[in-house]
Amino acid sequence: MANPLVAEDTQAPVLGREATIEERLNGILSSYQRNEDQLIPILQQVQLAFGYLPETAMRKIAKFLNLPESTVFGVVTFYAQFRLVPSGRNMITVCRGTACHVRGGARILREVEKHLGVKPGETTSDFEYSLETVACFGACALAPVMVVNDKVQGRMSTAKVRETLGNGSS
Amino acid sequence: MVTVTPSRVEEKKTDTISLTINGRQVVATKGATVLEAALSAGIYIPTLCYDPDLKPYGACRLCVVEIEGMRGLVSSCTTPATEGMVVHTETARVTKSRRITMELIIANHHGDCLTCAVNQQCELLKIARYLGMEQEHIERLRKGTQVLPIDRSHPAFERDPNKCILCGICVRACHEIAVVGAIDLAFRGYSAKVSTFGDKPIIESICKSCGECISRCPTGALVPKWEKAPVKEVKTICPYCGVGCSLYLGVRDNEIVSVRGDPEGATNKGSLCVKGRWGYDFVSHPERLTTPLIRIPGTSRKLGQDGQLHEIFREATWDEALELAAKRLLELKENYGPDGIAILSSAKCTNEENYVMQKFARAVIGTNNIDHCARLCHASTVVGGIAAFGQGAMSNSYRDFEKTDLFFVTGSNTTECHPIIGSIIKRRVKFGGAKLILADPRSTELDEYATVQLHHKPGTDVALINGLMHVIIRDGLENTGFIEERTEGFEDLRQLVEKYSPEAVETITGVPQSDLEAAAHLFGEAKSACVLYGMGITQHITGTDNVKSVANLLLLTGNMGREGTGFSPLRGQNNVQGACDMGALPNVYPGYQKVVEPAVRMKFETAWGCELSDRPGVVVTEVADGINKGNIKGLYVMGENPMLSEPYLEHTAQALNKVEFLVVQDIFLSETAWLADVVLPAAAFAEKEGTFTNTERRIQRIRQALMPPGEARADWEIISALAERMGHPFGYESAAQIMEEIASLTPIYGGIRFDRLDQDGLQWPCPDSSHPGTPYLYQDGFARGRGKFHAMDHIPPAESVSKSYPLILTTGRILEHWHTGTMSRRSGVLSKLRPEGAIEMHPSDATKLGLIESDLIVVASKRGQIEVPVHITEKSPPGVVFMPFHWHEAAANILTSDALDPVAKIPEFKVSAVNAVLAVLDRAAQDNAFLARLAENPAEALKDYNLTKEEKSALASGDIRKIESWLGKLDERLRTWLILRLSQEKW
Ligand code: SF4
Ligand code: SF4
Ligand code: SF4
Ligand code: FES
Ligand code: FES
Repeated sequence: MANPLVAEDTQAPVLGREATIEERLNGILSSYQRNEDQLIPILQQVQLAFGYLPETAMRKIAKFLNLPESTVFGVVTFYAQFRLVPSGRNMITVCRGTACHVRGGARILREVEKHLGVKPGETTSDFEYSLETVACFGACALAPVMVVNDKVQGRMSTAKVRETLGNGSS
Repeated sequence: MVTVTPSRVEEKKTDTISLTINGRQVVATKGATVLEAALSAGIYIPTLCYDPDLKPYGACRLCVVEIEGMRGLVSSCTTPATEGMVVHTETARVTKSRRITMELIIANHHGDCLTCAVNQQCELLKIARYLGMEQEHIERLRKGTQVLPIDRSHPAFERDPNKCILCGICVRACHEIAVVGAIDLAFRGYSAKVSTFGDKPIIESICKSCGECISRCPTGALVPKWEKAPVKEVKTICPYCGVGCSLYLGVRDNEIVSVRGDPEGATNKGSLCVKGRWGYDFVSHPERLTTPLIRIPGTSRKLGQDGQLHEIFREATWDEALELAAKRLLELKENYGPDGIAILSSAKCTNEENYVMQKFARAVIGTNNIDHCARLCHASTVVGGIAAFGQGAMSNSYRDFEKTDLFFVTGSNTTECHPIIGSIIKRRVKFGGAKLILADPRSTELDEYATVQLHHKPGTDVALINGLMHVIIRDGLENTGFIEERTEGFEDLRQLVEKYSPEAVETITGVPQSDLEAAAHLFGEAKSACVLYGMGITQHITGTDNVKSVANLLLLTGNMGREGTGFSPLRGQNNVQGACDMGALPNVYPGYQKVVEPAVRMKFETAWGCELSDRPGVVVTEVADGINKGNIKGLYVMGENPMLSEPYLEHTAQALNKVEFLVVQDIFLSETAWLADVVLPAAAFAEKEGTFTNTERRIQRIRQALMPPGEARADWEIISALAERMGHPFGYESAAQIMEEIASLTPIYGGIRFDRLDQDGLQWPCPDSSHPGTPYLYQDGFARGRGKFHAMDHIPPAESVSKSYPLILTTGRILEHWHTGTMSRRSGVLSKLRPEGAIEMHPSDATKLGLIESDLIVVASKRGQIEVPVHITEKSPPGVVFMPFHWHEAAANILTSDALDPVAKIPEFKVSAVNAVLAVLDRAAQDNAFLARLAENPAEALKDYNLTKEEKSALASGDIRKIESWLGKLDERLRTWLILRLSQEKW
């Protein structure tokens, strides 16, 4: 706060960023009808554009569809596909399916959690990694399975987790 | 939660069907569910997610029954009852299923029943017992489930998700009844819970604290923080606003320990707003007056602080205080004549008390100098309404709103000032297909519900409505039949509005032509329309004209005297309607009978046994003037606080300092009471009997729940005692007896008796004891015969912006507080929700002034100045600032204009020209001429001072170090301000 000019500078880009969210949202919304049925398609489209659902976007969608904000939030949190925080640059998905479980999937998950310091559904504070789980990845033969950015890694072990995620991360 | 019509809005079908439940023949209304059919026949079915006021939900599966011919168990709350159906509610299969369901619910229900706040009323426990499940069994079932954090953020209630059974009742209540939508079910599976937007603490959500959810929650998941189990409950009426909600006060040890909306209440059906639900701790506040006070001779009249009470007043007995008041009032009457005394009655007091007060003025003092704060809010309604229809009250009822197709709301922030009516409008628009036109300079919550929003400039209401009528007539949408049969003066109106073309109106009001056209068509084409308005219409120098304009619009379209139509002034105070009805006005006796009419006067002279004055008295807004001019020497104020509520407070303060003798009767030492010579302690609403008349003319009973503190007495008792000392005993024993006298003298109250008011009260006119009351007026004719059109031109407000006062200040109220704050600011919950006032300003004005959110600013008008934090919001249009008048620390009425409507004498609270400047700058500018110039107009300052190039560039680039080298060290905030401000100028 010492130099007010600096304070002003840091404000400018923030305003700029908000404005583009606003504009891009308007663009998306303009192709939809103001109809409650459109809520999920809109949320999907917005998530596609931003990688997650920013709070301002949810508010705007609520306003657009004339729905209470709490209702939009309820729907967003009901479906696993929607994210409330931006996803990390790398997406780690650990399988929780039966086959993987039997072969130690839980241990793999715990190791990833420990290593990244986040729980499923969360993103590391440096936005490097996001962690998610799936029910079955359909690669049971390779169990336990972990997927890094669409690349399936089979027969995981805790050592392989450390190797994949590097040592120094987060 | 996708929205569907809730059951309370649905049309009730009258035909019936019959079915068999548990072998019994049962008759039910068509359209009822199996559950409703059973309940109405007195057959109990356990339920957890059913609420008669909400649409069926079918989530808890406890209400399952067997129905012959249907497979499996069905939930009775969602299954419609049909003719000939055979239902079994208590088979072994049903019980088994219910038990399993209960076990599942309880297993997830974390908490200890013994310490739970609601254990006595817990539906869960009740049903468990009904199903024969033992406490022990229940405890065993309980798994150590996840412990979720309790939300304690709200000052009034707690949300404990561990006790929540996800019945969704709170969510539906918030969406369907309060129509707020602050909460919804969120997350899934194990983590599912009731959540605000973003899962934030409730206090950070849009929750309006109405408590609708809390009162309906079947478990201990939503509980008030302070409630205790009452020993008895007393049915009474909310003392805050003119909606007049019916409620039960729970009492224990002479204290209010619980509050519950009256589910049968004709006005509110169990709902309450934040004030009516939580705002009662003022009643037992330690600052209540408990004994009469007499000013210590020689102390000057000034506002004091708590500790100074005993330096200014001494405690006195009733005998002493009444004796002194009686003696001084008699002396003044003797020396200056009866008109040397003026009396302010109170819209907070009961009808009986207002009646007794005006009788005291007229019969004991002998003057018609009696008025009350209705002058400041709806005097123009009374005058304008009488001119147009012959009656100044609301012509319809809340229940008409359920039939209205089009609401035209103007100059009313309904959801904050009349919250329960606000919810009705929201429900009707959201679920009932009604449309809404909103005309208000400011944005309010109802904006979101409006089909058309008209944001006109303050003080241009007549032009706006003339414009609407122009379009309606131009496009042939007027109701010719109605105009011919029931009105007069149409031709003048038609000619006048001809010149109010949409273009002309846009110039005056700033409302785009297309919006005006759209609104006119909506109104002209509606089957039934109501106009609801508040003080945005009345508090102008053209207040009476504004009201007449509203009347014009209704007459023009024939929207009077039918169900669903009408004229709806929303009266502010709980009993402002009643205080007017009782003749606490300088020109009329009770029931609007004129003091100048000899026959009327004779009737009252006979009844009261004395001669009465035929000169109409002075109005509230002339009292200060009267005192300053030396015409009024004595003032008796009951339950009003002119030191905060009057415009141009400086002027009022001068007068109150000058008046020879001042008696104030109140429940607290208000700003006005501090100036009194004698202070008389009064009982609060919960400590006496009487009636209030709400804005829909409904006379309702208030009942004594508590003993008054100390020596305090009901206002009517105090006035009667004083009258007796002055040689005119009234001889009243009870409020009921006073009402009998009122009924005998007031035709519109002719049939009112306390014992007739027990359930819903009665709506006047109610001429005799068999009359059922009148829900809407003018069905067969107007009170004055024909409805009268008034052709009126737009007159600009008394004050307009100028270079020195470039902003328009408009005042009003907010949801959480009431009037001058005497009551609401002494409520823990209400004052925690909104601890301090702020002035609202549009971002563009804030930028111009270099202000950021919460800056302390100095706001000044020609009359005075105040310091107040700024709240930057788009709710206020550019050029207009808004401020509530609840706060004595920053009293908006120091600034307001005392320009009056020439007929109704109502002040123009809604338009005062002001300026605003950052407070630190204001202070710095006081001893720095350059800064002062800079604050006003940087560009000119530059020219004036003939600065060097170097100095100019330092200013242009905001080089603070350089600037400080000329001006001396600047305050931190002042520096940032200067930089922001200078960067806006073109150098
Ligand atoms: S208190 Fe009223 S507004 Fe707040 S969540 Fe409950 S029902 Fe909704
Ligand atoms: S908080 Fe109460 S009303 Fe709301 S879902 Fe939970 S149990 Fe039902
Ligand atoms: S709406 Fe008015 S009468 Fe009803 S609870 Fe609120 S303040 Fe009281
Ligand atoms: S269970 Fe993990 S991939 Fe199928
Ligand atoms: S009451 Fe019928 S399912 Fe809950």
